[in-house]
Amino acid sequence: MKFGVPKEVFEGEARVALTPESAKQLQKLGYDCAIETGAGALAGFSDKDYEEAGVEIIKTPAALWKACDIVAKVRQPNATEMKRLKKGQTLISFFNPAGNEAGMKAAKARGANVIAMEMVPRISRAQKMDALSSMANIAGYRAVIEAGNNFGRFFTGQITAAGKVPPAKVLVVGAGVAGLAAIGTSTSLGAVTYAFDVRPEVAEQVESMGAQFVYLDFEEEQQDGAATGGYASVSSPEFREAQLAKFRELAPEMDIVITTALIPNREAPELWTEDMVAAMKPGSVIVDLAAEKGGNCKQTVKDEKIVTENGVTIIGYTDFPSRMATQASTLYATNIRHMMTDLTPEKDGQIVHDMEDDVIRGATVAYEGEITFPPPPPKVAAIAAKPKEEVKEKTPEEKRAEEVAAFKAQTKQQVTLIAIGAALLLGVGLVAPASFMQHFIVFVLSVFVGFQVIWGVSHSLHTPLMAVTNAISSIIILGALLQIGSGNWLVILLASVSIFMAGINIFGGFLVTRRMLAMFQKS
Amino acid sequence: MDFGFTTAAYVVAAVLFILSLGGLSGQESAKRAVWYGIVGMGLAVFATLIGPGAGLWLLSLLLIAGGGTIGWYVANKVEMTEMPQLVAAMHSLVGLAAVFVGYNAHFVMGHVAGLHGGEELGTFAALVAHKSPVELNILKVELFLGIFIGAVTFTGSVIAYGKLAGKVSSTAKKLPGGHALNAGAAALSLICLFWYMGTGAFFPLFIMTLAALFIGYHLIMGIGGADMPVVVSMLNSYSGWAAAAIGFSLSNDLLIVVGALVGSSGAILSYIMCKAMNRSFISVILGGFGGASGPAMEVEGEQVAIDADGVANALNEAESVIIVPGYGMAVAQAQAAVSELTNKLRAKGKNVRFAIHPVAGRLPGHMNVLLAEAKVPYDIVMEMDEINEDFPDTDVVIVIGSNDIVNPAAQEDPNSPIAGMPVLEVWKAKQVFVSKRGQGTGYSGIENPLFYKENTRMFYGDAKDSMNALLPKLD
Repeated sequence: MKFGVPKEVFEGEARVALTPESAKQLQKLGYDCAIETGAGALAGFSDKDYEEAGVEIIKTPAALWKACDIVAKVRQPNATEMKRLKKGQTLISFFNPAGNEAGMKAAKARGANVIAMEMVPRISRAQKMDALSSMANIAGYRAVIEAGNNFGRFFTGQITAAGKVPPAKVLVVGAGVAGLAAIGTSTSLGAVTYAFDVRPEVAEQVESMGAQFVYLDFEEEQQDGAATGGYASVSSPEFREAQLAKFRELAPEMDIVITTALIPNREAPELWTEDMVAAMKPGSVIVDLAAEKGGNCKQTVKDEKIVTENGVTIIGYTDFPSRMATQASTLYATNIRHMMTDLTPEKDGQIVHDMEDDVIRGATVAYEGEITFPPPPPKVAAIAAKPKEEVKEKTPEEKRAEEVAAFKAQTKQQVTLIAIGAALLLGVGLVAPASFMQHFIVFVLSVFVGFQVIWGVSHSLHTPLMAVTNAISSIIILGALLQIGSGNWLVILLASVSIFMAGINIFGGFLVTRRMLAMFQKS
Repeated sequence: MDFGFTTAAYVVAAVLFILSLGGLSGQESAKRAVWYGIVGMGLAVFATLIGPGAGLWLLSLLLIAGGGTIGWYVANKVEMTEMPQLVAAMHSLVGLAAVFVGYNAHFVMGHVAGLHGGEELGTFAALVAHKSPVELNILKVELFLGIFIGAVTFTGSVIAYGKLAGKVSSTAKKLPGGHALNAGAAALSLICLFWYMGTGAFFPLFIMTLAALFIGYHLIMGIGGADMPVVVSMLNSYSGWAAAAIGFSLSNDLLIVVGALVGSSGAILSYIMCKAMNRSFISVILGGFGGASGPAMEVEGEQVAIDADGVANALNEAESVIIVPGYGMAVAQAQAAVSELTNKLRAKGKNVRFAIHPVAGRLPGHMNVLLAEAKVPYDIVMEMDEINEDFPDTDVVIVIGSNDIVNPAAQEDPNSPIAGMPVLEVWKAKQVFVSKRGQGTGYSGIENPLFYKENTRMFYGDAKDSMNALLPKLD
């Protein structure tokens, strides 16, 4: 089958979806490669380079779209390009399916299969084709470079013979791939870097890149990023307030602010308000990587660089990857090539569009005349979510049934015990004289009371309990006291000894208990 | 004073005793509970002294005062770590007193039987004089039982005291013949009972006493050191039953009530202990471990030692620390040092808690008392069930002088003598430090695979010295 790449028609787009290097790899998979003439020129790849790699050069886009079974692009195709789609053709490109209803309908009408690169699920296996990440990485790097370009000072602090230069302070808002790349670039340039993200679990990653994580004084169960495929979710109004207050506090100190906060399929949240911009020092720079979705700062003008009245530069470019076209093309072409590898399990140049495969299914937005967006949730969780204790909630009926069963068992046990006890008592009562039975009843009741009382004693008090019962058991003294009066000298002697010993026990036992209990105290 | 007042006083005393035991359900109410017990006891003794039947009350008071002084002195002097011995020793006194009171009952009975009506001999004698032959027989059984249990309690407690105080070897020892000897002695006692019932002579009573003394001795000698908490509470129970039996023979309801209370409470405590060790109650009372069914699992690896610096570093870095104290802490008197360590770590904002196994130490609740003495707040002292699930999230566990209660063999090795016993799962923590005097197997003589685990480091030395060495190293 033929794999072709047209020249990007979007104005200013310098990237290309095929490089000579990736073409060689695709040929190994059994594909014939073709490219529109001049497609790689802006990215630094000439037609000659492609030819040397064995790529066929096609003069016009129309001819290319017609000749190829698979077309790969960078930017979302425009209406003209969509019309060129034919039945059974596969298109691989950024597609923005959530905001491109018309495109999907066109693909459906034409019967073409469309794989949207931004829909590649965030699972480990699919990282090699995650073009969003590879592009964001470039955007993050480039954002710092652009900021530095417009910032009048060093990033790193220096003490020179010509005077002292304080280090630049950089705040990165949103520690996604772009944010982390920006943090890495900024710290390696020597700036003091701070970073913020609504997902507290990324603090560790931020700190590993050498930046300080900005914590909010806010107690809320933030949704674990793992639950939303590693992307941030919408936060509560209270949280937003706390967040803005923190930014307001930081704004006057910061020299460079890079905002990267995006929520999938939504307008970018406003995080850097006008008063924050006003509070910044003249010469400061804001790079708004969310400009394409409206910007994290409302003053941002898409695709432009503006300077505010108080001298703050706001950069709203949306084409950072394109500004580093060679690097971006290499990475993107590799992403595409990996996607092709997954689509070609037999390495025979034939596409097998396996809709059972999580990655392919997730990225496919149109297939055989059907719109297949949005995809079902992937079978493999995006990021290993913390295994939460799944306590199975029992239904009220089940609980009720269990309680009833337990109650019945308990009743049965108790009734049996009582019956046996009663039978024994009756047996004793038949033989024993009344005077004995009186005492016996007292005895049985006391045992019963003892059993009932002791179960309630707390574990930590078992030692005092022993000491107390020990002291109490010297009640045997009563026996000796009763006997000491009976004239026999032997009896008197033994009784005296008993009283003496019991006396030791009474005082010793109670005192020791008191000593122990006095020590127990709360913190 | 008449009989009515004494009975009324007895009722009040009995209620006070029940409240006293029930009050031990919480630390704060326990402080009040002791007073109930003291007042109850005072009331009982007072009522008996002024009540009918008591004579020579001056002598009685003197004797109580004398005994009380000794008791006072001992109670104030004793170290908290010596508590188990003290309790055991005190049980032996109750046991012996029960034997003597039983003998007295026998003498009085014989005396009165000869006289046929001796009103001048005191109430008990008068009571005996009025008994019918059936009642007399029952009386004989009762006092026979009282003496028997009292004698067993006496020697048992003496041996338990010896073992706890280290004066008798703590390993389980049996004379050749083992259980057969016990059974023989018990059978002999039974024969004596019939003999005694028939003749009413002193001689069978005496023979039985000797047999019972032997049973007490042999029974407790056969129980290993690790089971001592059960033994102590069991002896406690016995002393109660002895008092109850004597109460029957003296027709004294208060004695019966209190004896039964003490007896049942001791029995329940023993039962709770046994459950905590997954040991059958019967097999513990009859003597020591059930034999292991096969050779114990071979322990692989070696014990890796660590010094105070290493432990201190780990503690400085740790977020959460759990301390597992055992008898070794008591022996080394290390509780004060441990408490200071706890304060230091808590001052640095670390989460420090104590995990107490139900049978840690030599007495139920032993560790709680020691930690309380060292002013460790009781709300960070946790029971096994409360804390066992937290070990996997814990950075550092310090095991101070405990062994069996942290032995993974209980779960992993079905042939281990302690197989199935619930243990503190310390080995699931990230790091475990074991403070121990040396490489031996300790009190119970069971090899502990914990010491050979990869995340375990042995911190050799006296527990107190080790803890004190750590203190200056914590910054």
